[in-house]
Amino acid sequence: MKDLTLGTLIAVFEEIFGAWLFWGMAVLAVIVTLAYVFVLIRDRQISWRKFLLAQLSMPVGAIAAVWFVLAITHSRLSDLGGPVDVIVFLGIAAAGAIGTAILVYTVQSLISRPSAD
Amino acid sequence: MTKLTASRRQFLGLAAGGAAAASFAAPREAAAQVATNANIVIIGAGAGGTALANRLVRRLEGARITLLDPRVDHLYQPGLSLVAAGLKPADYVVSKTTDWLPRGVTLIAEAAATIDPEARVVETSGGQRLDYDFLVVAPGLVLDHDAIEGFSLDMVGQNGIGALYAGPQYAAATWQAAQAFTEDGGIGLFTRPATEMKCAGAPLKHAFLIEDITRTAGNRGKAEFHYAAPQGALFGVPIVAEKVRMLFGDRGIETSMQHTLTAIDAGAKRATFATPDGTAEMDYDYIHIIPPQRAPEVIRQSGLSWADKWTDQGWVECDMASLRHLRYDTVWALGDVAGVPKGKTAASVKWQVPVVEDGIIAAIEERDPTETYGGYTSCPMITRVGRAMLIEFDYNNDLVPSFPGVIAPLEELWISWLMKEVALKPTYNAMLRGRA
Repeated sequence: MKDLTLGTLIAVFEEIFGAWLFWGMAVLAVIVTLAYVFVLIRDRQISWRKFLLAQLSMPVGAIAAVWFVLAITHSRLSDLGGPVDVIVFLGIAAAGAIGTAILVYTVQSLISRPSAD
Repeated sequence: MTKLTASRRQFLGLAAGGAAAASFAAPREAAAQVATNANIVIIGAGAGGTALANRLVRRLEGARITLLDPRVDHLYQPGLSLVAAGLKPADYVVSKTTDWLPRGVTLIAEAAATIDPEARVVETSGGQRLDYDFLVVAPGLVLDHDAIEGFSLDMVGQNGIGALYAGPQYAAATWQAAQAFTEDGGIGLFTRPATEMKCAGAPLKHAFLIEDITRTAGNRGKAEFHYAAPQGALFGVPIVAEKVRMLFGDRGIETSMQHTLTAIDAGAKRATFATPDGTAEMDYDYIHIIPPQRAPEVIRQSGLSWADKWTDQGWVECDMASLRHLRYDTVWALGDVAGVPKGKTAASVKWQVPVVEDGIIAAIEERDPTETYGGYTSCPMITRVGRAMLIEFDYNNDLVPSFPGVIAPLEELWISWLMKEVALKPTYNAMLRGRA
């Protein structure tokens, strides 16, 4: 890859998703993250009940992320061929799990105030 | 050499002003604009011509840039292998030539009819005369289907005949013929030409993919696979050739080296090859034909070709590092048509475009160019649906992996397949826009 810069990467992602969808998703990710930080600061504590549900949702997010990548790329689990493939695979699963956990926790917190726990 | 309108001071002032403006307006623009009234003609608005036009427009202020290309459709050619294996629809590779061209350039939808590098004039098929200060020759190559006796393009898709290079509709028709073979079995015959060719990995990919699809369909037991090629090795880079030889062994793909396809008998389903021991015939149920490939006629007639190399093919005589013509210093070759030992791939174009861009700008500024092309060529060698080897090499046949220690070039990996499936076309598109 020649000149693998942030600008190149952004250009490539814009081509993959289209500029609107890519930046829309980027903005959405930033909003969810900000909302997560917001509810943490607002509540000044972790709600372990919400955290439990968030944790339970993690395998769902992991499986969904892996399924999505396999489905759009004509691949199967048996195509994993080397250590780097396993790392990428686990990375996709981890990203799906953590993203889902943050989303689930944030949505619960926004819907119900801490007093509702 | 060229009409320079700006003095050094004017240029520096403009450059500084341009840089200041660019830093506010467009943070992506790193290089300063160069003022010139140079007249630049680019023959061909394919991958090379389009990417170069987009980059030159950003770098040059006041230049007249004219592209000559009669083709309405732009083809993402690296996708043809996927279309011919039923993995993508034909329209996956098709867009419009005009979709990618920047404002500020002129596209003349005509072919170049004559090139006079002495007088620096190009005449179009419609009779227009275009004077130039700098000429970039990037028309691609032509597929010489007539060289295969008994074959014509209207046969593709029927009677077990495939030819994926010929374009999206032929790649889709190739899949029709190949798919029937993956279901019915028989003898599959996969060929390549004796000439230089674009993406020398594609004949191998097609053999690998059709073998894998036949295996997945449960029909491998009733199918035989033969790969027949004029060369002595399966790939031009020895270490890759050995790897492919081992993979072919694993997969049960037989090889017939030093076999040049000369004719087919579509009725009898029999192919004729020239070999060092005379003529050989092989029966087939499915045959994949890749015809000899040559520079377009206008190049060969214009005196731009090598006189002592590739004389039956006519590639442009140019320096392998600068891509500048060896006899005409206002002419550059770019892409498939360049007479260099490697580099007829889209990835090579990505490496060549900045070299030609720098060569032209250096000529305008009357300085020595700094960028050189080392023969970089990349081939995501698909070995089955879901796996590929990310093979990158240069003029020296050295492997030059982009991700050393992370993505092994000679391993069949899922991540290399993901790159081919997901990232390659977007990277190509970003290149067309001059952004990668």
